[in-house]
Amino acid sequence: MRPGAIETLGALLDVLCPMHLIVDAMGRITHAGPTATKVLDTKALTGRDFFDLFEVRRPRLDPGVPGLRAAAGRRLHFVLRGPADTELKGVAVPFPEDRALGPPGGVIVDLSFGIGVIEAVGRHDLRSADFAVTDLAVEMLYLAEAKSVVTDAWQKLNQRLQGAKAVAEQEAYTDTLTGLLNRRALEPMMRRLIASGQEFALMHLDLDYFKSVNDTLGHAAGDHVLRHVAQILRQEIRDGDTVIRVGGDEFVLMIAERTSDAELSRLGGRLIRRLEAPVAFNGEVARISGSIGTTRSSTYAKPRLAVMMDDADLALYAAKQAGRGCHVAFRPGLRNAVEMRSVGAVPPV
Amino acid sequence: MHGLINRAIELFLRDTYGQEAWDEIARRADLAPPEFEAMLDYPDALTVDVLAQAAQLLDKPEAEILEDIGTYLVSHPTAEALRRLLRFSGADFTDFLHSLDDLPARARLAVPQLKLPPVALTDHGQQMFSVTVGRREAAGFAFGHVLLGLLRAMADDYGALVLLEHKGCRDGVETIDVQLLEAAFATGRSFVLGAAG
Repeated sequence: MRPGAIETLGALLDVLCPMHLIVDAMGRITHAGPTATKVLDTKALTGRDFFDLFEVRRPRLDPGVPGLRAAAGRRLHFVLRGPADTELKGVAVPFPEDRALGPPGGVIVDLSFGIGVIEAVGRHDLRSADFAVTDLAVEMLYLAEAKSVVTDAWQKLNQRLQGAKAVAEQEAYTDTLTGLLNRRALEPMMRRLIASGQEFALMHLDLDYFKSVNDTLGHAAGDHVLRHVAQILRQEIRDGDTVIRVGGDEFVLMIAERTSDAELSRLGGRLIRRLEAPVAFNGEVARISGSIGTTRSSTYAKPRLAVMMDDADLALYAAKQAGRGCHVAFRPGLRNAVEMRSVGAVPPV
Repeated sequence: MHGLINRAIELFLRDTYGQEAWDEIARRADLAPPEFEAMLDYPDALTVDVLAQAAQLLDKPEAEILEDIGTYLVSHPTAEALRRLLRFSGADFTDFLHSLDDLPARARLAVPQLKLPPVALTDHGQQMFSVTVGRREAAGFAFGHVLLGLLRAMADDYGALVLLEHKGCRDGVETIDVQLLEAAFATGRSFVLGAAG
């Protein structure tokens, strides 16, 4: 061996692969590249046993330096023993037997953080200068950071769009005059109730004499009355109930509890009494009433919106026929009764 | 034009001249609502209009505004993420200059839709360089002025002392002369590789 050959080799390797170690036949570290020295952060690194510091995790090798030599050129997975259990990738190349470069039986091990470089950079305070000039680690760090910046921007955009969507949906389902839900909300609300499996009642309310308020006192008075009605309905329902303005002077109430006939009848009666109270508007007095048809989900084996709306309508029709200002609960026999009486009956107002 | 560029213009104008000035510029440029989304694309003409309206309202040459945008992108706290990304390009200012050719590719690597005009550095020796900026098709504004402001701020960031001069535009190519007086003139701002993680 030429004197100084190993030092020259070490100096070259320090630049080409700064995270390398030169290990002699006994497994002792005889030289460490600058980054390896920084990462290992061990006093008196030279002379330390390589296998005290590292465990070869994969592939399975024969113990000691001969094992490393036999695995020449293969991808090796090491674990740096210590609290962090840092995983490292590496490759080993044996010294040639002819002593040209160094003592025979030794090995050069070059290490890399692989994908773990992002955490390692913070843990070991690594700088660009700690990586070989040709190493793409810094580019990878750039990319990781760029990715998080861009992902962040996307996420913010998504949040804003989500917020805008929620507002748009809210607006799409809201009746601007009364602030109640509008007809579009009927199906989704009903679907939600049916899916929840709880019993509920559907009340179809149609205002009586509302048209004459519009005709005699004007549309401003009509709007005022509608807002007043909305307020009454809101006051009479409880949490979990729903009020929807389904048409000009038509409302649907979904009542989630209080679904016995007696309770519904009491609620219907109270609503009608409150609707019949005179409403003052610009020195005039508007008087209306309301007819209500009700049906209960427990009447059906499988409640469906179309059927329940139809039956509530029928009950409402019956209430109109019965002289308006009253509440009728749907029952299966009602259809025949209504149809028999419908000849010459008073059409609903 | 990519929203990131438009958003940078907007943030610069708002942070520097106030919300009212920005609102007025946005109104004159018919930008409603008066803000850009960083991740959406906008017609190039809109960017051109915003810059023209800003120049008119602020009574400043457009080149000056563009240069200030470049400086803002590196030095303002709002743009800290971008400063960090730029610092990945080189360990010192000389390194950074030599990596300028990669700038459009780096930008594309981060955001594939973000297209910057080609940038090329020529080393004249004795710390004299020139940077050419090719005008992107129909980009409508002189990116070289933005790059000049950005280079000035990056020199500060690295602690280097430089003289920079925009030499104008010929055949659609802008040229910036760079004279590096002292690479380590002052202590630059710190940059740690893993700080943002």
